[in-house]
Amino acid sequence: MGSIDSSFFDIGRLDALSSKDSPVHRIDPRLKVLTTLYFIAIAISFDKYDPAGPVPLLVYPMTLMIIGEIPFSYIAKKLLIASPFVLSVALFNPILDRCPMLNLGPISVSGGLVSFASIMTKYVLTVSAVLALIACTGLDSICSALARMGVPKAFTIQLLFLYRYIFVLGEEAARMTRARALRSFGGKGLGMSVYSSMIGHLLLRTVDRAQRIHLAMLCRGFDGEIRHGEPSKIRLSDLLFLAGWCALFTLLRLYDFPAWLGKGLGRLL
Amino acid sequence: MHMADALISPAVGGAMWAATAGLTVYSARKLKEEMDERKIPLMGVMGALIFAAQMINFTIPGTGSSGHLGGGLLLAILLGPPAAFLTMASILTIQALFFADGGLLALGCNIFNMGFFPCFIAFPFIYKKIASSGEGAKRILAAALAASIIGLQLGAFGVVIETVFSKISELPLGTFLLVMQPIHLAIGIVEGVVTASLIGFISSTRPEVLEAAAGPARGKPFSIKPVLIALILVAAFTGGVLSWFASSNPEGLEWSIARICGNKELKSPESGVHALLSRIQEKMAFLPDYDFRKEKPEGLAKSESAQGKENAWPSMRTGTSVSGLLGGAMSLVLAGLIGFGIKIFQGRKSGRRDG
Repeated sequence: MGSIDSSFFDIGRLDALSSKDSPVHRIDPRLKVLTTLYFIAIAISFDKYDPAGPVPLLVYPMTLMIIGEIPFSYIAKKLLIASPFVLSVALFNPILDRCPMLNLGPISVSGGLVSFASIMTKYVLTVSAVLALIACTGLDSICSALARMGVPKAFTIQLLFLYRYIFVLGEEAARMTRARALRSFGGKGLGMSVYSSMIGHLLLRTVDRAQRIHLAMLCRGFDGEIRHGEPSKIRLSDLLFLAGWCALFTLLRLYDFPAWLGKGLGRLL
Repeated sequence: MHMADALISPAVGGAMWAATAGLTVYSARKLKEEMDERKIPLMGVMGALIFAAQMINFTIPGTGSSGHLGGGLLLAILLGPPAAFLTMASILTIQALFFADGGLLALGCNIFNMGFFPCFIAFPFIYKKIASSGEGAKRILAAALAASIIGLQLGAFGVVIETVFSKISELPLGTFLLVMQPIHLAIGIVEGVVTASLIGFISSTRPEVLEAAAGPARGKPFSIKPVLIALILVAAFTGGVLSWFASSNPEGLEWSIARICGNKELKSPESGVHALLSRIQEKMAFLPDYDFRKEKPEGLAKSESAQGKENAWPSMRTGTSVSGLLGGAMSLVLAGLIGFGIKIFQGRKSGRRDG
């Protein structure tokens, strides 16, 4: 029950972060989305036995977070709790691939461990980039950006609607869950029959709500399109943002920066 | 069963994105044709309902564990396939963006696995076939069970295939299938029972909702065949092209980038820089046999791949990538320093603004 409340609080927090004003918040959302997609494609294209290679890419989400004033601890917490799927699949790599790959003094490290490290590096990079993107852009802007980039309107309208009503229905579901928990003793009444009549009632109310919403929208002149405020224009600084980051990602992909650093350091030692 | 970016390769991600984009455009067009404007708010609110319902757990009798609703099939029954697909896609997008549940590039895979299979396969070909041939709670239960089990099995199979094709995970096909399919059999049974009981509840309290909600979609004959063929072609083409980029050249992405950048003026100075840098690199070589991939001689690489995984890595490669690890740690520190620098710079700037 607590988890429902806290996860909605979580979305609300991301929303609050996105309404701040900073240089990265002001970048045109279309270019931010494109940059982030390119970033992810570059990050996951690294070889699976190269855990160090993608590390410098961390500069991108980190810069977004710092300039956008997004707290590190918040993103880090999300990274920790999200996606048990990655961990559970990645954990098989050290078990299945035991060929030694490198020696650290007396300890030899298997290829599986190396590829495990690589998966986790990529996980941290891709997830933090997405969270940073949403925290410094906000869903409304992302939807209007998607619509202007040619994504079907039906989908972007759907996204906006869903996002709007997640909060409403989420609160309702949280209330119902709390009421059910308060009325259940020794785990009774938490089963499927109560669940389905509970969700069934919620569903019926939802259908009615949809009708009311539709009427209200018609009263306000809805014609199948949601108009976003004045469309933002792409400025020179936005283009520089896109070009600069993409060039950096490409360079980091083409040249093995960590290897040089390591060698240079090794030489110094 | 949300797949994450870290577990897929760009080729698989790109191919599934292409397929999903095609499906989204198709669904949007279909929705426009049957334009029933009431559906717009209904889809949004239904998506939110599925979202909320996924967060309420219920105990599964006899096991002590708890389950929740997936929702694809329920949406298809209530909204019809195209609208249900778009709703599922929006749910998965929100989950990817806000909850880090699945990634942005993996979104194509996830929407396909959890949206396409229940909405476009399980509902029209299984649920409708069984449920429309008669009335009664038992028949609905049977239809929902069969449809959600098959939908989830297909989805789980999709996850396995996409993961194995990406070659990031070491899990072999057989083992992964043996893990995933039975788990999703159990999930499918639960999902089927819950869906059936929800449909039963609605049809006993407000049957008009079922008829009204799926009405227009139900009347029209629905043909998925041309879409399916187009989809397979698009996915195969994209995947083929991307993986050809990746395999024809060990640094396929670089090559494709060079291809995209295209012109020679750009290329030649780059190679000059490259040559210069590699000379510097050679001179700086402190741990000469560094590197996982680049300095492996061509012939060796070929014979290794021929020998298969067991012998893929020569047993002892002392010194390999100790420098790599060092470099990784260093770049982490460096990145941290850059961030710290920005922060200080920013603090000073805002301080100046305040003062």
